[in-house]
Amino acid sequence: MQARHRTALFLLPAGAWFVTMLVLPLVVVLVFSFGERGEAGGYSPAFVLDNYFNLPARWTAFQNTLTLAPVGTLACLLIAYPLAYFLAVRASEKWRTLLLVLVIVPFWTSILIRSYAWIFILGGQGIPALISAMGLGDIKLINTPFAVLTGIVYGYLPLMVFPIYVSLERLDKRLLEASADLGSPPWRSFLQVTLPLSMPGVATGCMLVFILLMGEFLIPAILGGGKVFFVGNALVDLFLQSRNWAFGSAVAVALVVIMLVTVTAYMRLTSRWAGGRDDLSLM
Amino acid sequence: MQPDTDPPIAEFRATTKMFGEVGAARDLNLSIRKGEFLSFLGPSGCGKTTALRMLAGFEAPTSGDVLIDGERVNDLPAHRRPVNMVFQHYALFPHLDVTDNISYGLRQRRPRPAAAEVAQAVEQALETVRLPGYGRRRIWEMSGGQQQRVALARAIINQPKILLLDEPMAALDRKLRRDMQIELQSLQRSLGITFILVTHDQEEALSMSDRICIMRAGRIVQIGSPRELYDRPNSRYVADFVGKSNFFAGTVSRVEATGTALAVAGGLRIIGTAAPGLAPGQTASASLRPEQISLAHGTTTADGTTCVPVRVVNRIFLGEHTEYLVQHDDLGAFLVLVPRQAEASEGSFEPGEPAFAIWRDGTALILPEDA
Repeated sequence: MQARHRTALFLLPAGAWFVTMLVLPLVVVLVFSFGERGEAGGYSPAFVLDNYFNLPARWTAFQNTLTLAPVGTLACLLIAYPLAYFLAVRASEKWRTLLLVLVIVPFWTSILIRSYAWIFILGGQGIPALISAMGLGDIKLINTPFAVLTGIVYGYLPLMVFPIYVSLERLDKRLLEASADLGSPPWRSFLQVTLPLSMPGVATGCMLVFILLMGEFLIPAILGGGKVFFVGNALVDLFLQSRNWAFGSAVAVALVVIMLVTVTAYMRLTSRWAGGRDDLSLM
Repeated sequence: MQPDTDPPIAEFRATTKMFGEVGAARDLNLSIRKGEFLSFLGPSGCGKTTALRMLAGFEAPTSGDVLIDGERVNDLPAHRRPVNMVFQHYALFPHLDVTDNISYGLRQRRPRPAAAEVAQAVEQALETVRLPGYGRRRIWEMSGGQQQRVALARAIINQPKILLLDEPMAALDRKLRRDMQIELQSLQRSLGITFILVTHDQEEALSMSDRICIMRAGRIVQIGSPRELYDRPNSRYVADFVGKSNFFAGTVSRVEATGTALAVAGGLRIIGTAAPGLAPGQTASASLRPEQISLAHGTTTADGTTCVPVRVVNRIFLGEHTEYLVQHDDLGAFLVLVPRQAEASEGSFEPGEPAFAIWRDGTALILPEDA
């Protein structure tokens, strides 16, 4: 068998998977998005642009997603970087493994259950009760954007920690010695050596978290209490409640387009930082 | 190199570095002269790198002092020391190009030097290491030899009081290493900076250094010029490390001004110069360099020589010399280096042939057994 044929054979499963699981559903969604809602819900074939003209009706969901996804990514980054730095650079060998396991432990339970736990922490009996007992006034946390943000950071932190941890762990410690040897105090060595060389990890982590956040619906549903709606929630509503598959498809297509645009722009930007270098490439 | 009377550029004073229970460096006492090329030579784990790292400021001594230019620097962090290092694997910054790597040290200075000044210094440093025009190259686009030059330029641009070199040529191939050694040596002379080299390669240390400090198990064994170490090693360890040597173990039988006799196997006696402090009855080793022994087809009874029958075991052609491995019934196997000229007059020796090994009495060194 010729090498080319063999290569094709090996690529067949992946190709088949790609077509049936990715391309086909997307095509279906695209076709549906130009259709109409059926008499009893669902989809009825048509070719109209009404669904796209109706998109502003779901503006709040887009607005929430496009605010909380980047803000949540940033919040994850700000918390994950020092944590990953500590794990990779400061923690002793003995503790490192244990601490890394602790970062993953939450994954052993469903995000659903863990998010419910946050209802109690942020709800009336939790932190707000504590604050009012201390005489600091009444506050409401649950069902606010803050609650959703907290849930997001809680749920997605490990996804940000690990890529950054890996890039920091791989960092050649001798580069820091070289930097010190050349007259740079530790904090400037961090800015000039550690930070730029950990950018691939940062970029990967941000990309992972951001993409997943754009499609998030569970955390806003539980901790936002229907008041902080994501596009994901809008889709659940349109497909399962109001059974307007055509409009739902249009919303889904809009989300995919927005994601494609932002992720492409982001990759362009980060690959420019990496200076086109192979082993610093991002994904 | 400045005379001995000048204040030293760096000093170790009873310096010890412990890693837990392990003494990486023990009780080092050494004065480094301004402008000299000093090598720390020894096998891995002998403490030579620890000594260098204490000068750089990456390790703090457990006890004793480290001085640079008369100032005690035990607690001075690396970034404030007037020394620079060429790292073993160069440790160049992969995210910076050649120019930014080289200018790194200058850019750390406060107040910042002017950009034009930095650019000019970089140009000059690139000229010095013979890499003009390579400024905008990426580090990973450079070969090993070029990277080494960049590392060198990055260090010397800061005009350090001491340049520390940690096995800088370990990653280069033989030919390139030889070129680089010559270049380093002439660079050291033209810059007038004190160079301190760490190496396990005796050839490298012998060919480049003004002085060599031989280390073993964290301690300094002997300090001296390459010639001193070669001609007058103070121990079997040094004789073995600097150049090749044959060792014959025995017991000191006679100590006199004219020579010390060592009784070795088979009733033979080797006459040589003894290290001070050897007394009759002590066990010791006679060191005979391969080039101090000659080979002949016939025996000789000339006065003041020792002649023993041997059998040729192996022959290695080295160009100017031929190295023979010969076997003596009592002394065992030893090496003889025969110059081309001698071979021309005496004829060559085939493996398996009998021959006679001859040396002049008194040429051997009688060295105490290593502790």
